[in-house]
Amino acid sequence: MKIIDMTAVELGTAIQNREVGVQEAVSAALERIEEKEALYHCYVTLDQEGALGQAREVQKRIDAGELTGALAGVPVAIKDNLCTEGMLTTCSSRILYNFVPTYSAQAVVNLQRAGAVILGKTNMDEFAMGSTTETSAFGVTRNPWDPEHVPGGSSGGSAAAVAAGECFYALGSDTGGSIRQPASFCGVVGLKPTYGRVSRYGLIAYGSSLDQIGPLCKDVRDCATVLEAISTHDPKDSTSVPRTDTDFTSALVEDVTGMRIGIPRDYFGEGLDPQVREAVLKVAYALKERGALVEEFDLSLVEYAIPAYYTIATAEASSNLERFDGIKYGYRTQEYEGLHNMYKKSRSEGFGPEVRRRIMLGSFVLSSGYYDAYYLKALRVKALIKRAFDAAFEKYDVILGPVAPTTAPRLGESLSDPIRMYLGDIYTIAVNLAGLPALSIPCGRDLKGLPIGVQLIGDCFREKKLIQTAYTWEKIRGGSSPDEDTPTVCSPARKDECRDVGPAAGKEER
Amino acid sequence: MAKQYETVIGLEVHVELATKTKIFCGCSTAFGGEPNTHTCPVCTGMPGSLPVLNKQVLEYAVAVGLATDCTITRNCKFDRKNYFYPDNPQNYQISQLYLPICRDGRVEIGTEDGKKFVGIHEIHMEEDAGKLIHDEWDDCTLVDYNRSGVPLIEIVSEPDMRSSQEVIAYLEKLRMIIQYLGASDCKLQEGSMRADVNLSVREAGSGEFGTRTEMKNLNSFKAIARAIEAERERQIDLLESGEAVVQETRRWDDNQGESYAMRSKEDAQDYRYFPDPDLVPVVLDDAFLEQIRARQPEMRPEKMLRYKREFDIPDYDIEIITESRHMADLFEATAALGSQPKKVSNWLMGDTLRLLKERDMDPGDICFSPENLARLIALTDEKAINSSVAREVFEVMFEKDIDPEKYVEEKGLKTVNDEGALRAVVEQVIAANPQSVADFRSGKEKAIGFLVGQTMKAMKGKADPGMVNQLLRELL
Repeated sequence: MKIIDMTAVELGTAIQNREVGVQEAVSAALERIEEKEALYHCYVTLDQEGALGQAREVQKRIDAGELTGALAGVPVAIKDNLCTEGMLTTCSSRILYNFVPTYSAQAVVNLQRAGAVILGKTNMDEFAMGSTTETSAFGVTRNPWDPEHVPGGSSGGSAAAVAAGECFYALGSDTGGSIRQPASFCGVVGLKPTYGRVSRYGLIAYGSSLDQIGPLCKDVRDCATVLEAISTHDPKDSTSVPRTDTDFTSALVEDVTGMRIGIPRDYFGEGLDPQVREAVLKVAYALKERGALVEEFDLSLVEYAIPAYYTIATAEASSNLERFDGIKYGYRTQEYEGLHNMYKKSRSEGFGPEVRRRIMLGSFVLSSGYYDAYYLKALRVKALIKRAFDAAFEKYDVILGPVAPTTAPRLGESLSDPIRMYLGDIYTIAVNLAGLPALSIPCGRDLKGLPIGVQLIGDCFREKKLIQTAYTWEKIRGGSSPDEDTPTVCSPARKDECRDVGPAAGKEER
Repeated sequence: MAKQYETVIGLEVHVELATKTKIFCGCSTAFGGEPNTHTCPVCTGMPGSLPVLNKQVLEYAVAVGLATDCTITRNCKFDRKNYFYPDNPQNYQISQLYLPICRDGRVEIGTEDGKKFVGIHEIHMEEDAGKLIHDEWDDCTLVDYNRSGVPLIEIVSEPDMRSSQEVIAYLEKLRMIIQYLGASDCKLQEGSMRADVNLSVREAGSGEFGTRTEMKNLNSFKAIARAIEAERERQIDLLESGEAVVQETRRWDDNQGESYAMRSKEDAQDYRYFPDPDLVPVVLDDAFLEQIRARQPEMRPEKMLRYKREFDIPDYDIEIITESRHMADLFEATAALGSQPKKVSNWLMGDTLRLLKERDMDPGDICFSPENLARLIALTDEKAINSSVAREVFEVMFEKDIDPEKYVEEKGLKTVNDEGALRAVVEQVIAANPQSVADFRSGKEKAIGFLVGQTMKAMKGKADPGMVNQLLRELL
């Protein structure tokens, strides 16, 4: 097997067995990057030399027997809203174009302790605000399955990098679906952990009460392994919860006998692409055949999730993003008169339109006289949504539904209609409001050949149920062709040809 | 002036808590220090950093709340106050608006008309801002974030005070309580206690409040008193001339003895307060409150009663000594070393207070140790030094806590108790001052004072004046 086609755990095992050297692994990733990056643009910062340097260090520690884990020496890509000491961290925003943190996010530190080699920082929607990675100040990322389509967002760079083989796994962050939706669009596995499972220290906040860091991987085993590495209690994050149930790889069991799976009717209503619906329900049938107890139910309140989310997330964002003022770091306007003019110009020039829109929205819902009507009401909706999920989890172990109403839209389609883009988050957003864990795993392709993901939602801290269910589905689906979940990787010159490959592959899927 | 006016005053008092580390990170709270050395990603507002509450802040805030009869909020939260300013690195201050830690308390003060309660509306916890340094010769302003994140409590009173005397009494009482708790050193000059004065006037007998102003930049009790008088006058003048008082924030200039408007209510900012999602709600259970209650130190009223029982010193002394916890602790510790309480009290009530006043210092600034005070008292008890030497030594000790025994030894200040040597000097003095000798012998009692003085001078002060007096009388 070629190095580049290995999963993270396969590569890590090969490294431990001395079948592959760490530098060899890094070189393989860098070669793929060299080949594909010009087209896909998954990264905003690449650190080839640094990665090779880390590779030497990690190899030494592996040889010395200090690093024995499955991730030692495996190259990773980090979403650009996670602080990396000494490496540019821009949130794909002009306002942080030159920001080099003095410390690394705890999740990154945890990966480095496990011997990860950081290749670079992945592109994203500016400050994670967007669903397509098109709001990045540094250009769009293209979907490796069809470069005319978006990779989803906001962790689009991470998802595309995994799909294109430009890294072996990646970290993303999920505030309203930003891991799951791009994972679904790019045909990879993405997991948004329970709020409090992974330390947010060093994650540049968008909506603090909703943000959570998680892995984007080639398969479920990788996902469980990475989650195991990054889930630690962190006293630096007040919302980090101490847990002992972090042995996620123990849940890699192919068995769903007696697993109670609920299908929320509300998730299959108007607006859902029939192809997505079909592919997602197929998973439910398959799991039922394997002994899962599958039934439909009414989750309710789904239509209130989007307004509540865009109220809470933007309110928090309007405050979180105040620190970007041109004083201490980042972009400062060239000419200004006095302090307030400097603030205004720096921020107007430094933030893109979507970020400005959300800051204004958030400032409005917090302003005096509107706070009760908007922000407090949204918090009440949030509590009700949590209660609805609590009731559901009395009956079910896992809730199964679509990740997004459609497959990846074409580039440029979404930004012209922000409301439509916001509505695209309908199936993922409630999970963040309730703080639940959820996972996206490929379940087929549409007629255009674009991947479809199925979403599994669990109760708080029940990631293992998700992993077990997803792993079982992966086994059911697998077997046919090993290339099934790998896009036919194309080079810029073969762009048109590549587009033709998609639908053909999609037909097989049907 | 026909109309009588009543002044209505409420106070917002900020107190810097005496924690070793900041409210949301592990940086030192030490005053001074090179700019931006007591800083980290959290207190400089770096992207991705997160606050974690320092439990000691909570303990101090609850202790102050309990000592001022407040109701403690069992489930309190932190809120963000959003405003842009460079000393505020996140451009929001973490404070408490919706659920402050303490509410509905009161403090008893003495007034001309007897005792009175001043209500406490609330006490909340918050973080201090950094400091801007306006560099006069360069066209720039620098920021020092050492103070950023130093814990504060803000004590908001009800509008219950009616004069500057009441305000000062209230502030002194608050300061004493907080110092007793060890929660802060409450130094106005250093800014560890800061008071903003909300003041309005109304016609005597009126049940309605007038329009109030808020006065800032008050750095001493004297400035507070002056600002209150001036603002009262200003508002009355406005009303008398038929003008309205504008609700605004004013800045006191103590050198000019007047204030000027900073911002009016119209351009007041909307702080867009909302609960800080980075901090979890603070839930205080019975056990925690019980623990704080059990740890509350003996406060002044109990201490005064105990002193009455345990020490044979006048009530007046007890009153003065217990005004400061540090002074009281010093008193007790010195007495515990075996010094006679009244003698300890004399040193504290006399020279200590005098020197504090001369140097414009607080009792909290006293630096000498109980051990050294006890040694000094022992030296006088043993008549090893006389009282004027003792006072001289004390002044040095007050400056830099020296060991009085060593100091007396080194400087050769010990009283000469050798009667033979002293007798010889006295004889010389008698021989050299025939006129005074004659005066004394003719019945002028006062003349002996001069002769004692001459002897002491000749002995360079190192003699026991009683002994000199006795010898003179014997020889005359």
